[in-house]
Amino acid sequence: MTDAVIVTGVDKRFGTGPTAVQALDGVDLVVGPGEFVSLIGPSGCGKSTLLRIIADLIPPTAGTVVVAGKAVGTARLDQEYGIAFQQSGLLEWRTVRSNIELPLQLSGMGRAERRARAMELLELVGLAEFADHHPSQLSGGMQQRVAIARALAPSPALLLMDEPFGALDEMTRERMQTELIRICAETGAAVVFVTHSIPEAVFLSRRVVVMSPRPGRITAVIEVPEVTRNEDFREDERFYAAVTEVREALRGRLATA
Amino acid sequence: MRLLIPRAPQLKRAAWLLFALVALCVLWELYKAVMPDDGVAIGDTLVLPRTDDASMPHLADIFGAFGDPEVAGAAQASTVGSAVVSAAWYSLRLAFAGFVVGSLVGFALALLMQRVRIAERALMPWAVLSQTVPLIALAPLVYGWGANLTLFGLDWQPWMSVSAISAYLAFVPVTVGALRGLQSPPTVQTELLACYAASWWQTVVHLRLPASVPYLIPALKLGAAAAVIGAIVAEISTGLAGGIGRLIITYAQQATGDPARVFAPIIGAAVMGIIAVGSITVVDIALRRYQGAEV
Repeated sequence: MTDAVIVTGVDKRFGTGPTAVQALDGVDLVVGPGEFVSLIGPSGCGKSTLLRIIADLIPPTAGTVVVAGKAVGTARLDQEYGIAFQQSGLLEWRTVRSNIELPLQLSGMGRAERRARAMELLELVGLAEFADHHPSQLSGGMQQRVAIARALAPSPALLLMDEPFGALDEMTRERMQTELIRICAETGAAVVFVTHSIPEAVFLSRRVVVMSPRPGRITAVIEVPEVTRNEDFREDERFYAAVTEVREALRGRLATA
Repeated sequence: MRLLIPRAPQLKRAAWLLFALVALCVLWELYKAVMPDDGVAIGDTLVLPRTDDASMPHLADIFGAFGDPEVAGAAQASTVGSAVVSAAWYSLRLAFAGFVVGSLVGFALALLMQRVRIAERALMPWAVLSQTVPLIALAPLVYGWGANLTLFGLDWQPWMSVSAISAYLAFVPVTVGALRGLQSPPTVQTELLACYAASWWQTVVHLRLPASVPYLIPALKLGAAAAVIGAIVAEISTGLAGGIGRLIITYAQQATGDPARVFAPIIGAAVMGIIAVGSITVVDIALRRYQGAEV
């Protein structure tokens, strides 16, 4: 199986001259098939920028990115990845089901096939009864579940997520994390997950990539032990150890690049 | 149909409208009764209008004028009222044709400006400037150009000049409103559509167009009102027969003999405007589901 993402020597500079900002400097990263990787770091470390470069929303100043074995542009056109942002971005005038169908509609899938796929995804995220509701009738957590279902619609090998649970309260957030683990296990998608929350990064990922700003670069990669991700894990010693490790990396006491 | 049944707030609004109309009538008569016949002047300038029967006829005379025969003692007696109605209908159709053309042009311009950023900065000032040209001067010009024009094998008819002026006045509000609407979707949504590899046109059809409805409806209402104004002014400047503008001129010329009569086509013109704007409300109701979330 091809690696989900291969980032090689990526630089990103915004602006020119003395006021230029080096958002990313020499970033290398490989995400294997089905692997869950988190990007964590303080504001300005370039994690969202890196995600956007992988998504082909902005071009890198230097370096290459390969997604599912293709150049990023081709990967985007072929819908090789699904993406979810902090705001759900659901279209208010469409029903929940119709919102999930949107990427499929744009790529030309037939009506019956789209409907079936949308229902399948609604079952997956546990919102089948809300198929004909409108987004404004759903809570924040439910809207994000719809956004995740929509991201999975073209059955991508890669999910890109930019702080999707950032706007939710803590209890909903923990529930959604457990949901996401289950969904990823069922679909086998690799995930690149940007977050500000250390416990969230540790709970969800196999590897936590720690970044720091000015210039944006990877300063450490923390491996989280292979343990079943359920509510028990949150109380596990190894969870706390990993959280501490990430915290110390963020503070700069570790220097493994 | 459920949407057309008036609810309490809409009935309340209708009641207030009625109250306002009645209050206006009362005010009219009250002013007439209280103020002096020659109005109020400071020095040589007239500050408040005259209230004699020639300048400000009683409401009874104004409404009575609708029933008067147009030409006294004519063989085929048509009332002022029916003349106003048929002239208003004629003008309304001209305004409608202009409105449709103006709206299509306005929307096409907005699409162009959304697609090409330079186009917005280049064209918008000209669009706004176009509205400052005095219509009274422009209308006869258009009329004159049209006299020698043949488009697609059709000779330019005089009524087309009036519709052209209507279109001219209608297109700018539609352009401005449509552009704002097309640019309204938040970045997260436009980025999502880019991630789905949507083409520019797909993004317009599936995202920008539905999102623009709450901006488009008020813009179309303004455009409809502007089209009506344009039609009437153009008719007055060119003297086009059959329209309400011509009727206003004719009755104004007869004003010394029958001062109340000139108000009839003016009221007709006002009703035309109300019908024009009201017809957009029907579009509004039809597009209810795009109007955004109910909080």
